[in-house]
Amino acid sequence: MIGNLPFVVCMILVALGLWTLMTRRNLIKLAIGIVLIENGVNLFLVSLGYVRGGVAPIYTYAPQGVPVNVPMAMPTPQALTLTSIVIGVATTALLLAFAVLIHRQRGTLDAGRIRELRG
Amino acid sequence: MSLAMHVPILAIAVPLLGAFALPLMAKVHHRLRDLWALVVGAFTVAMIVTLAVQVFTVGVQVYTLGADTPDATLGPQGFPIRITLVADAMGAFMALISALLGGAALIYALGFLEESKGKTLSMSLFLLLWAGMLGLKLTGDMFNFFVFLELTSVAACGLIGYRAWESRPPEAAFKTLVMFILGGLMVLLAVAILYGEYGALNMAFLSAQIGGSLLDRVALGLLLGGLLMKAGAVPMHMWAPDAYGEADANTAIVLVANTQAGLYALFRVVFTLYGGAATPEVGYLVTTLGALTVLVAVLMAVVQTNLGRLVAYGAISQIGYMLLAAGVGLVTLGVGPEFGRVALQGGVFHMFNDAACIGLLFLCVGAVRRAAGSGDLRSLGGLAHTEKWTSGFFLLGALALAGIPPLNGFASKLMIYQSVFQLSPILTALAVLASILLLAVFVRAFQGAFLGPRQSMSGAPLSPAMLAGMAVLAVVVIAFGLVPDLVVRHLVAPAAEALWTGRDVYLAAVLGG
Repeated sequence: MIGNLPFVVCMILVALGLWTLMTRRNLIKLAIGIVLIENGVNLFLVSLGYVRGGVAPIYTYAPQGVPVNVPMAMPTPQALTLTSIVIGVATTALLLAFAVLIHRQRGTLDAGRIRELRG
Repeated sequence: MSLAMHVPILAIAVPLLGAFALPLMAKVHHRLRDLWALVVGAFTVAMIVTLAVQVFTVGVQVYTLGADTPDATLGPQGFPIRITLVADAMGAFMALISALLGGAALIYALGFLEESKGKTLSMSLFLLLWAGMLGLKLTGDMFNFFVFLELTSVAACGLIGYRAWESRPPEAAFKTLVMFILGGLMVLLAVAILYGEYGALNMAFLSAQIGGSLLDRVALGLLLGGLLMKAGAVPMHMWAPDAYGEADANTAIVLVANTQAGLYALFRVVFTLYGGAATPEVGYLVTTLGALTVLVAVLMAVVQTNLGRLVAYGAISQIGYMLLAAGVGLVTLGVGPEFGRVALQGGVFHMFNDAACIGLLFLCVGAVRRAAGSGDLRSLGGLAHTEKWTSGFFLLGALALAGIPPLNGFASKLMIYQSVFQLSPILTALAVLASILLLAVFVRAFQGAFLGPRQSMSGAPLSPAMLAGMAVLAVVVIAFGLVPDLVVRHLVAPAAEALWTGRDVYLAAVLGG
């Protein structure tokens, strides 16, 4: 059970993000909701890569002499997470830029009051 | 080392380089920028056509990034560790669609966009979006797939909302971006689940492993949800009319290509990735969503008063026809009756036809906005007196979209009707009814905007580049309608076959054996 705790925490983060998206109408809070989901997924990716007792996947650093089958942690999930964080920064920046533009033109961030586009 | 060997990566790398170099060219002179865009566009189209010729004559093309030779897909332990690009007939077919729409959009944009209103911005984002779509269609790696998906999201929303001096584009872009990011994150979560389960990201390798466990099904649900959001199918379609309606005409047709790329990704997932664990339930779900999309979108089109939004709902309804056909193919996948194959061929053929006729309609909307200064059907009228070419093209696109023979929309819709009928006559009746309603909507729009007494115009005349862009698509609409048999036999059938029975070929091309 305790081994699954990281996954549970990730899913709680994702659920909080979805809750924010569904219940909030402020554009900045919508962006916060998106970022919460993003962080939940990133955390999930990183925690997938955890190997109990694993060593860094560098052959020259691997313990010598001890049992040959020392588990190594794959570096792939970390690499994926880094990429995903960078993409997340770009999308969040774009989202906030649009929110700023909307605020500048309408003077409000309330999604319920800026709807020019309907139907 | 010949250049021909590196065609798959060049098709992605050239527009990517073109996009980032374009603003630099614009610093020198705007004519140099236009020339650069044309050269990059022509080179990209040439690469896509070369790739398609290779795929349709030789077979599946595999390209491994970072390997000693491009065909070394497997690492030393026989495990696919590198990112691979895989172009099968379906991927090449989709790349051809993006070549058609991208080429037409580029030519049209040169005459349509105004220098003082962000022409450089729009053109460089357009090339970025093109690169992202091509990557999405050619990649054989799940994470790479996610990266390209996000690249298209960012570029598409940038294109929708770059006109910061107007109030509506940023709003449409915000809405769209929220949906796209959410869809992208669902896909990423699914990729993470599949990686945690099988320790691999290669699509062919994953496809060989997936057996239909609970986690597999959760991942499938997430992928379906995320990609349907991207494709604008009905429960998740809210962003599409705003995005299409607010975007420039040349942007709107690239957005059509973008939603089709999302649809292609969906097909790739259900037919190739999950082809070994296919269940009819998913097929029924996709069929239902398709029928719902057709119906809701057409009904919404009836009440539109803005020409751009009206065409936008037409575009959404066509996504429904493709989903409907693919769903029927999916229900019968593995069982293998002939009508499943025909349905799939109809759906795939309709993607190309929809690209041509909806693209033509969006370009006409742009021309109307240019000529009359607005797209409001309540104030438009009498455009046919001055805009003869535009009204002709609009009528052509509308008739093709509604499926009137002998235009291209008829050929593919007939295939869809016939095959869906064998699964459920009610669905065919709904689809035909929706088509008739769509025809009525477009006839009314044509009458409202183009017929009637001559009105005073506030806009500017059309440029030759805009007419050339529309002419390219109009030629396809007519040509594909005149010789549908040839097109189906040489282009559509191999592409549909790649989904229908091509999974083994795809797997063998990447994994060997």
